[in-house]
Amino acid sequence: MQKQEHPHKFMKYLRSERLPHIFCPGCGNGIVMNTIFNAIEMSDKDFDNISMVSGIGCSSRIPGYVKCDSLHTTHGRALAFATGLKIANSQQDVIVVTGDGDATSIGGNHLIHAARRNIDLTVICVNNDIYGMTGGQISPTSPEGSYATTAPYGSTDKPFNISEVAKAAGATYVAKYTTAQPVQVSMAIKDGLQNKGFSLIEVISACPTYYGRKNKIKTPTDMMNWFKQNTITLQQAENMSDEELVGKIVTGVYINKPRKEFVESLDDLIDKYSDIKSEENIKKAYMSD
Amino acid sequence: MEEKELFVQGNEACALGAISAGCRFFAGYPITPSTEIAEIMSKKLPTVGGHFVQMEDEISAVGAIIGASWAGQKVVTATSGPGVSLMQENIGYAAITETPIVVINMQRGSPSTGQPTRSAQADMMQARWGSHGDYEIIALAPSSVQECFDYTIKAFNLAEQYRVPVLVMADEIVGHMREKITIPSEIEVVPRTMPEKVDNYLPFDADDNSTTPMPAFAEGFNVHITGLTHDERGYPSTDDPDVHTKLVTRLCNKILSKRNEMALIETEFLDDADTIVISYGIPSRSALTAVKQAREKGLKVGYIKLGIVWPFPEEKLLELTANASRIIIPELNLGQIYLEVDRVLGKHAKVELISKIGGALHTPDEILSKILEE
Amino acid sequence: MRKEIRIGGFGGQGVLMCGIIIAKAASLFDNNYAVQTQSYGPEARGGASRTEIVISDEQIDYPKVEHPEIFVAMSHEALIKYIDDIQDNALLIIDPDLVYKEEIDNIIKEKNLVTYTSPATKTAQDTIGRAIVANIVMLGSFVEATNLITKEAAKEAILASVPEGTEDMNLQAFDEGIKIVEKT
Repeated sequence: MQKQEHPHKFMKYLRSERLPHIFCPGCGNGIVMNTIFNAIEMSDKDFDNISMVSGIGCSSRIPGYVKCDSLHTTHGRALAFATGLKIANSQQDVIVVTGDGDATSIGGNHLIHAARRNIDLTVICVNNDIYGMTGGQISPTSPEGSYATTAPYGSTDKPFNISEVAKAAGATYVAKYTTAQPVQVSMAIKDGLQNKGFSLIEVISACPTYYGRKNKIKTPTDMMNWFKQNTITLQQAENMSDEELVGKIVTGVYINKPRKEFVESLDDLIDKYSDIKSEENIKKAYMSD
Repeated sequence: MEEKELFVQGNEACALGAISAGCRFFAGYPITPSTEIAEIMSKKLPTVGGHFVQMEDEISAVGAIIGASWAGQKVVTATSGPGVSLMQENIGYAAITETPIVVINMQRGSPSTGQPTRSAQADMMQARWGSHGDYEIIALAPSSVQECFDYTIKAFNLAEQYRVPVLVMADEIVGHMREKITIPSEIEVVPRTMPEKVDNYLPFDADDNSTTPMPAFAEGFNVHITGLTHDERGYPSTDDPDVHTKLVTRLCNKILSKRNEMALIETEFLDDADTIVISYGIPSRSALTAVKQAREKGLKVGYIKLGIVWPFPEEKLLELTANASRIIIPELNLGQIYLEVDRVLGKHAKVELISKIGGALHTPDEILSKILEE
Repeated sequence: MRKEIRIGGFGGQGVLMCGIIIAKAASLFDNNYAVQTQSYGPEARGGASRTEIVISDEQIDYPKVEHPEIFVAMSHEALIKYIDDIQDNALLIIDPDLVYKEEIDNIIKEKNLVTYTSPATKTAQDTIGRAIVANIVMLGSFVEATNLITKEAAKEAILASVPEGTEDMNLQAFDEGIKIVEKT
């Protein structure tokens, strides 16, 4: 049989020379990449103007496969690097890809402060409730009672709700969906890209290899079904008790309330106290004066 | 620009030096005794079209300056011991990604919170070895307010030239004292060069002992920058021993092989000296006084001041001290650069340490008594 | 000509500013060399605080004051705390309203100190009408008693250091300081 080439419509955005990728079969990262490209195409943003930043973890490997300028940084610190990258050249659109451990455990402090500043970053937080890269340890979002290699008797920790944390810290756009809702995820990323401010899209994603295996949701299909069975909307959640909400994935737009963006405020200072515009200093390291 | 004379603190001189070197981005976190640098940068940067951001901690400060460096800015942060400890992981990231950054360390009494308002030079080994792994940085040690200005500019230029983190290893005394400085009318600044855009562009394709021109983000190079071991393309290659060996050896040798070329050494009275006092940073001031006093007593004592401590200018020092039988090194620690001096010069000369900790500077008398001991 | 100067007082008196102006005058306007250092941290908050200046016509290597030969005391606490390492035959300027001179008579005698008085705080309050310029009154007395910096340089350094709008008041304070200082 002759092999036929059917290049995927998003292949043009990928560093094809780096494929195949390292993600496990059934990992949600493929869906997440798809939704990112879909969102960029739906938005008014130009792919060529996008830079990506990530930390350490499975989802943080995503930017390495994307044909754009990408900064794969240290564990938890993606938002700190992205803060400098964005401030120093606010003309570029910066997407941050991070995981639940990266963003809310080791990088929790940077998450709340980036949200507080309302710096114009679009953060895609791929939440699989576990540390995948290191082989399945509990994360700050692992449900109470769930199993991991460092929670052999079930997790005793109370998990974070990342979207609520980001909202409370001052993010101006926050939405949460699962990889079983790719259309909603794409729309949310698109809205996040277009929000001039700190946007966080939490994507509940499947890790059948570690989370699934440890928690008896063994196949990718089982994980998808588990998402579907437990997904409710913010509106539905409003009338539910805490007990009823245990184990539920509450999806929807947590906040969409623009306010003054951080770099704009810094540039206002420059406008007030300097004759030089901040744009004139972009890439100043390359100027010889 | 006209030549200018100012009467300022060392901290202020560092800030002015950074701006003169073309720095338009500062990220930092307040800490005694370097806080004035952040304060001055927060005031000055907006007036020259630059950005200041107070980060949530020191590790994020280094993250932010690395991000800004890739956006095409010359960048700096300033801190002291506890802050430098927090910065280490990202300093290593800057080393492996060959990102020019400048870190000013106003050293204070340590370990831990130690003596926030007193001086020390006890972070000198941390400067070189603080982050994990084999890597090299450049470290300068100013001994006056003028040198705070001059060396900060030098630090930026070296960071660009070698694509490496450069540490300005000052201390509480030089940071807080005030002296007159001259800001020259012409300041030599090393600009970055944008690489040429070619097919199959290889951002890290450098010869041994060298680096490559650094691209900026948002210029269409589509570079991938990672802290993982990477090949010439910048792509992770974490299992191939050859790729790792080649990368890490080059990162070290691009600095080590230039150690004599970049050396910044001041000397006095070396011609007939059989005893030489080698110093760096603020104790150099006491050392020079002591050496002059010894000369007045007719003793054959010489003076060497290291402006750049890392990389250690081994061969240069061997050459300068070839006829000396005794080396004395005063340090505000329990013996750090002493170890390096002893390693390099110990075969032909007796190397003696004058250690002082607690916060005060060696008095000239303390150094002179050591000179007179023999 | 290496001269080591120490000024002691309590927080809020402007001791630091007084030291900066002296060093600035010496280095920027008299074209000598000067280094100014100060106490930091808990020591500098309330209680006794000090600033030290080295002035020389040659490059200053060792920047710290070891044995001051001029000591200006604007509080009793600072005087007692910082007088120990003063040189023999040193020059001591005190604000007599803030210092119990009788308590240091033995040190004055033992070290053969040359003592001047300058009621800087009272003069600032009564003559200028603002206690805040006591440090500049004391500066005038310092210049008159020591001749280490020129009056012209001191005035230029004052103008380069004080807040806008307070220049005249400070210059007046400086002139009063010159008048009131007396050798005891």
